[in-house]
Amino acid sequence: MSDARGQLSSEPAAGAAVRAAFGVCLALVALLVAAGAPVVRAQTPQELVWAGDSEGGAPFVEADPARPDRMVGFEVEIADLLARGLGRTPRFINITFASITQSIARGDADLGLNGLEDTPANRAALAATVPYYRFREVLSVRSADTQRYRSLADLRGRRVATLGGTVAYEILLAAGREHGVVPVSFDDDTHPYTDLVVGRVDAVLLDNVLAERMLKKVRGFAVQPDSVAVGHYIGVLAPGNTALRARIDDLVRGAMRDGSLERILRKWSLWNDDQPALHQQVLAGETIPPTVGSDAVAAATMSGVEAARRYLPSLLQASMVTILLSCLSMGLAVVVGVLIATGRVYGSRVVRIALTAYVELIRGTPILLQLFVLYYGIAEAIRLPAFVAALLGLALNYAAYESEIYRSALEAISVGQLEAARTLGLTERQVLTLVRGPQAFRLALAPMTNDFVALLKDSSLVSVLTVLELTKQTQIFATNLGSWVIPGSICAGLYLLMSLPLSALARRLERRWRTPTA
Amino acid sequence: MTAPVVLSLTDVHLQRGARHILTGVTLEAHRGELIALMGPSGSGKTTILRAIAALEPFDAGRIVLGDVVLEGGAKATRDTVRRLRRAVGMVFQFHCLFEHLSALDNVCLAPIHAHGVSAADARARAGELLASFGVEHRASALPRELSGGEAQRVAIARALAVNPPILLMDEPTASLDPERREELGALLQRLLAQGRTLLISTHDEEFARRFATRIVRLERGVVKER
Repeated sequence: MSDARGQLSSEPAAGAAVRAAFGVCLALVALLVAAGAPVVRAQTPQELVWAGDSEGGAPFVEADPARPDRMVGFEVEIADLLARGLGRTPRFINITFASITQSIARGDADLGLNGLEDTPANRAALAATVPYYRFREVLSVRSADTQRYRSLADLRGRRVATLGGTVAYEILLAAGREHGVVPVSFDDDTHPYTDLVVGRVDAVLLDNVLAERMLKKVRGFAVQPDSVAVGHYIGVLAPGNTALRARIDDLVRGAMRDGSLERILRKWSLWNDDQPALHQQVLAGETIPPTVGSDAVAAATMSGVEAARRYLPSLLQASMVTILLSCLSMGLAVVVGVLIATGRVYGSRVVRIALTAYVELIRGTPILLQLFVLYYGIAEAIRLPAFVAALLGLALNYAAYESEIYRSALEAISVGQLEAARTLGLTERQVLTLVRGPQAFRLALAPMTNDFVALLKDSSLVSVLTVLELTKQTQIFATNLGSWVIPGSICAGLYLLMSLPLSALARRLERRWRTPTA
Repeated sequence: MTAPVVLSLTDVHLQRGARHILTGVTLEAHRGELIALMGPSGSGKTTILRAIAALEPFDAGRIVLGDVVLEGGAKATRDTVRRLRRAVGMVFQFHCLFEHLSALDNVCLAPIHAHGVSAADARARAGELLASFGVEHRASALPRELSGGEAQRVAIARALAVNPPILLMDEPTASLDPERREELGALLQRLLAQGRTLLISTHDEEFARRFATRIVRLERGVVKER
């Protein structure tokens, strides 16, 4: 009998391992196909499909406040100008900023045009146009700190924010090594400034265009006059699309020559002394070098193995953040979940209604929304540090799910067990802690472990709160390399390394505590 | 019978929804008696045991165990229930051993946590009880590893570990083969000899005739015959 059971139990485990391995292979093949074979979609030749992120807002691309279905911005006007020159109709598609270059490589649109920087990575992975705008990376600090923090060198040990996947972020990484500043990566270009003003970060390094725009919206910070670096905005096309690129380059030069680009920039208050110099260089056919942020110089051109070797330490470090965050939030979720479950089983009517409402609210709304509310929504009242907000967000969310597991486990303990304990003279509290709780805990262990695996992966969501965990680090790595193949594979491997042992543990617990049928 | 009355039920009524389960049960048990409650299924045998153990509130009448009084229609105070549970132990039909604890720990749980006995003393006494019922070799087994007869002995030991003068048993012979039934009968006789009072519900006419000092028959919630 015990032999038969042994066979039965080892078979599903082996089967699961085979299935898991097969799944990994499939995923990798899909990744390779997606990244290795960029397909330039046959666009209707009458259209110029161009991509940007309207969340970035004015002056780049923004939904027209008067007519939200229409886009406005200086890049919208440049796209119109280019489309006119090509004899096509412009059509805008919205792509998340961090994904624009990948999306163009895939062939989702003809042209990416959204303050994209002229970097070695973009040049290597895509067909880049000539630059159409020169910007400066400038340092913004709180008004009170203008004397204290004049340059990155003054910001040792201080948190400096920027937009992830940009040259500015690369500069901050280099400054981290050189001056000990702590880089903080955001997914958007507004929150770095609001977090600067409320004190979560001490400086922001971003394009002067963005800094000047935010000066009009947010009070309490100032822009330092000395720029940290100079960069250029370019348009990007799929790597094979050089013919269209050549025509667009001609149109950009034409617009510089006849002053139509200047008119657009003036209209959006973007014309400054840097631009005539740029126009002159472009029209003279001078080589304009890409902006290099740090020693990630050659990331775009280095071999896969070299890239993996170079990025592995930071991915391992990010895995530590993922593990730490997951363990702490699961621990908290278990404690809160036990309290909620106990309250729902033993509490008064009011307590039960309140706890049920909490569980339904958490389960019925997206965790992303909850994270935003915790970090940004209540920042006026309580200013939680990013890691704490991430930890609390995950813990409070998972507590709701854990409480449901514990509640059903508590309710699964037979009345006979409880009555037997009562007739022996145990108090209700003792019945819970000595009989009902321990038995329920055994029932809950396997589903809890499964939830822990889920939380490990959901922890990637907290990157929206600037916490640099494994997925975010992978995304940065992929942006630098201009490819997801190697970073994606390493990232998947690391997650599996963390989750497979947990899944195996869940299966073992399940077998061990399975209620005997005989 | 000159032995003192240790348990009495007077005109106990119990109704669940429209169903009248007990309709005026009156019964006295003297010290050293083994009373077998008999009757068809649904006649209220188990309900009487549960009412005595304060697991089932009843609507009218009175149950008295020594100095503990349960009144029908009133919620027993915490103190009453506490004193009641020192006076009466219960062995359930399906034993209801705590599934996460070994046989020995099942027996030790109440002495340690409800009666403040030291763990060492409780374990020693539990070992003696298991030995006296012939199951000491199963002390470290989990309930799911015990046979029906073994589980029953452990359940009896668990109920006796806090030394209640009255023991209630629900269908104790239901899952026993004839040999085990004989052994149970002998065991119950020993408990009587120690001066305990036993009240058992059973369908087993032969067992009742052989071992009970008195048979009480129930029909539709009332005592028909003594």
